[in-house]
This record gives sequence, structure tokens and C-alpha cells, in this order.
Amino acid sequence: MDPSTSSAITLNINGEKHTLSVDHRTTLLDALRERLEMTGTKKGCDQGQCGACTVLVDGRRAVSCLQFAVAAEDRQITTIEGMAEGDELHPVQQAFLDLDGYQCGYCTPGQICSAVAVIEEHAAGWPSAVTDDVRPEAGPPPLTPEEIRERMSGNLCRCGAYTSIVQAVARAARSGRAAGPPATASAAGDTQEEKDKEAAA
Amino acid sequence: MTTAAPRSTAAATPPAGAVGTAHTRVEGVEKVTGAARYAGEIPFAGLAHGWLAVSTVARGRIRSIDTDAVLAMPGVLAVLHHGNAPRLETDYIGMLGTRPDPTCTVFQHDRVPSMGWPVALVVAETPEQAREAAESLVVDYEQQPHDIDFHSGRPDAVGLDGHMPAVTGKGDLEAELAASAAVVDAEYTTPEEHHSMMEPHAVTALWDGGRLEVFDSNQGATWVVGELAKMFSLEPSAVRVRSEHVGGGFGSKGVRAHQVAAVMAATVLRRPVRVVMTRRQMFSLAGYRSPTAQRVRLGADADGRLRALEHRSLSLTSTVHDFVEPSAGHSRVMYDADAHHTANQVVRLDLPTPTFMRAPGEAPGSFAMECALDELAVKCGLDPIELRLRNEPERGPVSGLPFSSRNLAACFREGARRFGWAGRDPRPGVRRDGRWLLGTGTAAASFGAGAGPSTAVLTAEADGTFTVRIAAADIGTGARTALTLIAADALGVTTDRVRVRIGDSDFGPAMIAGGSMGTRSWAWAVNTAAAELRERLALGADIPPEGITVRSDTTAAVGALARKERHSYGAQFAEVAVDLTTGEVRVRRMLGIFAAGRIVNPLTARNQLVGGMVWGISMALHEEAVRDRATGGHYGADLAGYHVATNADVQDIEADWIEDHDPDDPVGIKGVGEIGIVGAAAAVANAVWHATGARHRDLPIRPDRVLRAAAEKAPHA
Repeated sequence: MDPSTSSAITLNINGEKHTLSVDHRTTLLDALRERLEMTGTKKGCDQGQCGACTVLVDGRRAVSCLQFAVAAEDRQITTIEGMAEGDELHPVQQAFLDLDGYQCGYCTPGQICSAVAVIEEHAAGWPSAVTDDVRPEAGPPPLTPEEIRERMSGNLCRCGAYTSIVQAVARAARSGRAAGPPATASAAGDTQEEKDKEAAA
Repeated sequence: MTTAAPRSTAAATPPAGAVGTAHTRVEGVEKVTGAARYAGEIPFAGLAHGWLAVSTVARGRIRSIDTDAVLAMPGVLAVLHHGNAPRLETDYIGMLGTRPDPTCTVFQHDRVPSMGWPVALVVAETPEQAREAAESLVVDYEQQPHDIDFHSGRPDAVGLDGHMPAVTGKGDLEAELAASAAVVDAEYTTPEEHHSMMEPHAVTALWDGGRLEVFDSNQGATWVVGELAKMFSLEPSAVRVRSEHVGGGFGSKGVRAHQVAAVMAATVLRRPVRVVMTRRQMFSLAGYRSPTAQRVRLGADADGRLRALEHRSLSLTSTVHDFVEPSAGHSRVMYDADAHHTANQVVRLDLPTPTFMRAPGEAPGSFAMECALDELAVKCGLDPIELRLRNEPERGPVSGLPFSSRNLAACFREGARRFGWAGRDPRPGVRRDGRWLLGTGTAAASFGAGAGPSTAVLTAEADGTFTVRIAAADIGTGARTALTLIAADALGVTTDRVRVRIGDSDFGPAMIAGGSMGTRSWAWAVNTAAAELRERLALGADIPPEGITVRSDTTAAVGALARKERHSYGAQFAEVAVDLTTGEVRVRRMLGIFAAGRIVNPLTARNQLVGGMVWGISMALHEEAVRDRATGGHYGADLAGYHVATNADVQDIEADWIEDHDPDDPVGIKGVGEIGIVGAAAAVANAVWHATGARHRDLPIRPDRVLRAAAEKAPHA
């Protein structure tokens, strides 16, 4: 190992420590995919434009293609592989599965990581660009479809499964925070689409 | 006795049909947990990484490639280029009936016919090493002048047949136009558009025990295996292509430069080689939808009956391979007239070769024709739906063939009811919601319901389950799940006893996931094999440990299908809000009602139809690849420069369908992959007219175009 071009680092991923030697040019995304065989995190553009590589770094969503692996030491990294507990899916994963919040599935791990963070950001009272009342004392705005769409817009889905993604995030948010404000899954109301999804789930 | 029937719950009570009921995806858990492995994610011992180097000039010749400097870089194993790459066989006709696109048969000569042309593959031990070496590779070009100037009226435009005749015509166009009470004569343009699926093209190639093994992301293992075998002069049985999960295709994932380069490198180096396109490379190597310039002339009697229809479309292709975007095809199916003339022309430019992209021809063609009909409706003082209903043809306007089923009118009736179309004020520019002008628009859709020959292998296992093997591809369509439901019904068992395996060329030839023909074609083969397997099992023989296997081949049956106009249809509705201060257009709601045959899985079919409509919004408002005439390359060849619809762009969209039986069809499935985009951009554009009174005949309807149109209207307002 040439110390001028590579280093031994330890990454804390999904609660486990991984020690490896990496080329200094290696992104966190490539360290996950090419070195640790954790390919659940996807590479859609490698330029921070599509969101497919979204992971949680210290609980906040981040695009892993725009950080170097050597700079991710001492961080708590959560990837899609760390979302489920054993065979029990995370409520967001379950909602994407039940409501068909995907098609080809390639943007899905990033969407799910983003959605987990969106629900937490919202619960913590973070406003978005479409929040009407951004005063801290106003508290979290209702997690409407409009709020979800805005907060999820860093994750592209070229298959165009956005309406299902919004429904999945809304359902997961409801299931996770019973005391939280109600969210409507669809402006369309009691549609055949929703009946189908309930039947499938 | 161990036949399927006695073990089946069907013996007492037949299982309720799976087809037509909503089922979550059979590979859903893998996809939501990240366990699903796509082509570039499968580990191999000794894997080397290839990185393509592409041309930085739009036309010329390679004078020299400085490989020595790059070969001296750490980890670099090889540089393949036209001077040392294996020779390929290129004189053959592939599965889709065309010669290989020279963009894919890489490194065979020193000519550069477009910007971003593949000139070398650098292979190294790690991706970082390969990338740096490829970006360091100095290629010296003899640059020649290029021509990428696409516009209507090019004198060098030629008619090109492609997948349909270039020209059709009947009747005296000028005479009928002269005799018409209302005439529309307009040009419509659509820009260069890119598939931009989320998973970049990726492949790993290796030799294993004398066989070439290819792990790929594609829309048809049969397609890719056939082309690679021919190019490398191998027996088809010596090549195996696997494609388990595919991160989107939309027409782009066939045979491309990266697979051929990877096979070359694996052959030269005798180790596994992976090549993944960068997002930027995809803009020049992955194909795209040609821009179009379309002239439409319509003439009608005062009651709206069409006397004259002319639809002429110009698209572009490269100088090395012919591809036509057959936009005039839409009019050959949809509307008849006493004089009916259509033409698809191309101009050959110094650009990469375009290819199939979701609803090729139909997507841009429907934009032009469905907008022109909206203009005609205004001139005739007719509701745009009524105009279309008055022009429903009895037979194929060009072919003269009967329609197998044509439920367009029913789509409009149901759609109008649910959208709330009745009582619509036809006047433009009179509805306001604060700063927004509101409008609604509609358009018709259709897409061909074809089928391709396929084989399927069905095995009744000794444990009472069934295994289906078919070289289908699930590119996000839900095909794997749909085939599970189809097989369960065909076998008369519940879905939990059926295991469907796809994406492997060793399963035998099958249709590609393309042309909205995949599920229809594969279902046909599965149904045929299932029928034979049930007959075998009904004889009561014991199932041996290896199971009982039957194979079907639909080649003869597909060929024997009676010639008819076979299509799905749809009615698209859109409501938009336009802000004339910012130029912003928002699609507040969309409804699409489709007649698309039997719907196999409502959950995934609806998702796919809505996805097509999202593409329609994206086409109408966002997508446009812009080229620099000086260099021949793109401005912003990435997902920040090339805009596709985001979550915030998509508000309330609903897709649904009506009953659409075709008693003459043995499968009854028409496919839903493409019709969702057809007519969708026209519905949005027509709604923008209704909101503002300005016709937008050039896509996308950008804020600057909205503002300019408003400024032009202002003096008269």
C-alpha cells in the first residue's frame, strides 16, 4: 500500500466496523459497492444529481457519491442494508413494497433512505420550500402530499413511480407516528388504485 | 399418484384467477432491501475494470493514440483501440431485422462520425485506476468539419422505411384542402430526448469453461446473445447472457458499445472485465430519441369531418446507421380522410445514432397530430372530443384492414365523465386561480399490440410446484410478477406454487421487452406450454425426481395470427395552471383512460401507465438535450442539464382502464408500457392553450417560451 495514494480506514456501517485500505480517490459509494460488496446503495449518476446513492450519515441523508471514503471515518453510516431488522422490514420498506413505490427498483434504496430521513426531518419540525408557516413555534406542518413531493425531489425516479412513492412515504409516516398530524395519501380519494393496493398488501 | 391436479387445491375448488387481481412484485423484498443484484454488482474473483474513452471531436480521423503513457500508469492492464482490438463480423442481420449499429461494433476503424464516439477501452485493476487512465489518454485527431444542423426543409432529407413504409398516400390533398371549410397548417417540433434510466448500462464479461458468460443489463437476453455470437463469430450455444434485474430500459438497453468492448477485453486479458457507462457517456453511447420537425395539414367540412390529412415528419440519424423515428405512423392508425398522406423522412448528420425510446414515433407523432386536431376543433367550433368521435374510422385508414378492437370512443366517454369534461368553456384564457391561469386539454392515444415469437420451458416439479423458464426481461414492468400470475392461471394452481425464472439466454429464444410486446409475447408461450403440461399431467403419470418438462414455441402461432389493425387506445386529460409572470406551467391533474386488453396485474399496470403519463409531463415541460453547433456535443450532458420530471413536478395523476375484449386474439393482453406517454404531451399542450390562448407547437413548453408567447399576445389582449 502506497501511503501517498491510499490509506487504511475504518468505516462504521449499519453498526458494524469495517477496516479496509482505500485509494484516496475512492468515494464512499464506491467503497460500499466495490470494496465491501454492499451494492444496495446505487450509482445512478456519480455526480450528486439523482439521489440513487443516498445513505444516512450520522442520521442525515447524504449522497455517498460526493464524499470520499477517507472522509467518512468516525461517522455512523446507515445504508439500505441496515434498514430492516432481521426479516422484519422497516415501515418505509414495507410501504414501498405494498404500495408499489417503484418499478425497476434501481432508485429505490436511495428513495427509502431519503424517506426515512424525510419523516424524521419533518417530525423534528424542519420546514421545506413549500411550508407556509416556517416560524419555529408553528411546529411541523401537516405532512401533505405536497410536502412529501417537495422533500423527496432530490431522488429521481425515471420510471415515474412518484405518486406511489408519495403514498408509501405518507403511510410509513402515519404508521410510525400515531400522534403526528394526519396525512392524506392521495388527493384523489377513494380510488380504484387505492383499493388495488389495499388488496395487494 | 403425483400429478399436479390431485395435489392442487383445484381438485376441490379451483383457485380464483390470479390474472386481474393486484399482486405485489415477487422480487419486491429484494428490491426494497437492496439485495437485488443488478448487472454491475455481481462480484467475480480477478475482476478487471474497463473504462471507455470517447471522442472529443464530432467528425474526423484518429491520427494516433498515446497508449504508452497510459499503460505505464498504476494498475493499467490494457488499452484497446482500433489498432489492436479483435476484428468483428459486422455483415449480418440481427434479431430486430437490421445490421449492427457501428456505434456498437467498436474499435474497427479510425473514423470518428460523431462527438462521444467510442475510441478506446482502458482496462485496469480498479475503477479509480481505469477512470484516471481513460481520462489521461491522449488521442490526436485529424478534425473535419461537421454538420449537426437539424431543421425542417433540409434538401438532403430522404424517405426511410424503417419498421414501416416511409410514405403512404391516397387522394388529392390540395383539392381536398381547397374544398375544406376549416384548415390547419402548422409545424410542430420536438427536441432530442434521452432515456435516462436510473441504472447506467453495465456489463461483466468472462470466459468460463469455453463459454462466454455475460452478466448484463438489457431488454432481451436473446437479442444480446445473438448479436454477440455473430459479432465474435461464436456458436450461439457458446455464449450465455444473463440479466436478472434491470434498472430501466425504455428502448435503450440492447446491444451497445460497452458490452462489445467488455467481451473484447475479457477475451484479450482472459479475466472477467466489467464496463459501466458513466452518466455523461450515456448521452452519446446509449441512443436517444431524434428531434422531430413535423408538418401537419388538416382540412375539414364545417361539421368536422376530415377531408384532408397530411402528416410529414423529419427526424435525424447518424451517417453510419439508419434509424427512423416514424412519427407519421400515428396518423396511419388514428384518422382517415379522403386525401390522406403521410411521410417519415430522415436527414443524416454527424451525430450519434438515435434509437427506440418509449413509444418511438407515437410519442412525438401524437404530439403533433393531437395538437393539430385541437386547433381544428377550435376552427370548427367543435368540442375536441366530439371532433375525434366524428372521425372514428371503420377500418385502418392506410391498411384498409379491420380493427381487432377499437375502444377509443369508450375511453373518451369514461374519461370525460371522470375528469369532469362536460360543460367545459371552450374559450381560452378566461379561468383564474390567483396568479394562475387554468386550462384543460385532451388528446387521443394508441399503440400497436404486436407479438414476437417466444419459447418457454415449464417444469412440473416432483414436490408439486412448477418452474417457468423464459428469457424474458423485467425492466421495471413487473413482467416477472405478471408471468407468475399468468402461469398460475394457465396451470390452474395458486401463485405460491409457481416460480418464474427470467433473464437467461439459456432458457431459449424469446421476445425482447420492447414495443409493448414483451408480456403479451411471453404470456403466449407460457400459456401454450402450460396447456401441454396439463395434458401430460392429466394422463396421471408419476412425476420423476427431475420433474416433467415441456417446451413451447409460438413462432408458428404468432405467424398465423390474422392480419388486423391491433392496437391499444387511450384518452388523455390534463389540467394545467400557467403563471404568465414567471412562465411556469404546472400540471395540476391528469387522467388517462385506456383500452389495453386484459390487464394482468392492476397494481403494476397502473404504475406503468402512470409512469408513461409522467413521461408525457416530462416531454411537454422539461426534456430537451441541447447541442452546441460549434463542437457537436451537448451542453450539460447530465441530469442537472437534462431535466426529467421530479417528484414535485408530478401532482395528481390517475390511470385506469375500460373493458377491452378481443375475441379474435389468443392472449388478449395488449401491453401497457408505452401507451401512457402517447398523447400525454399533447393533452398538456392543449391545456396550456386553453389556459393562455397561446399555441405551443415546440416542445418543451419552457418558461421563456410561455413568456414570449404572452408578450406576443399582449398587444391584442
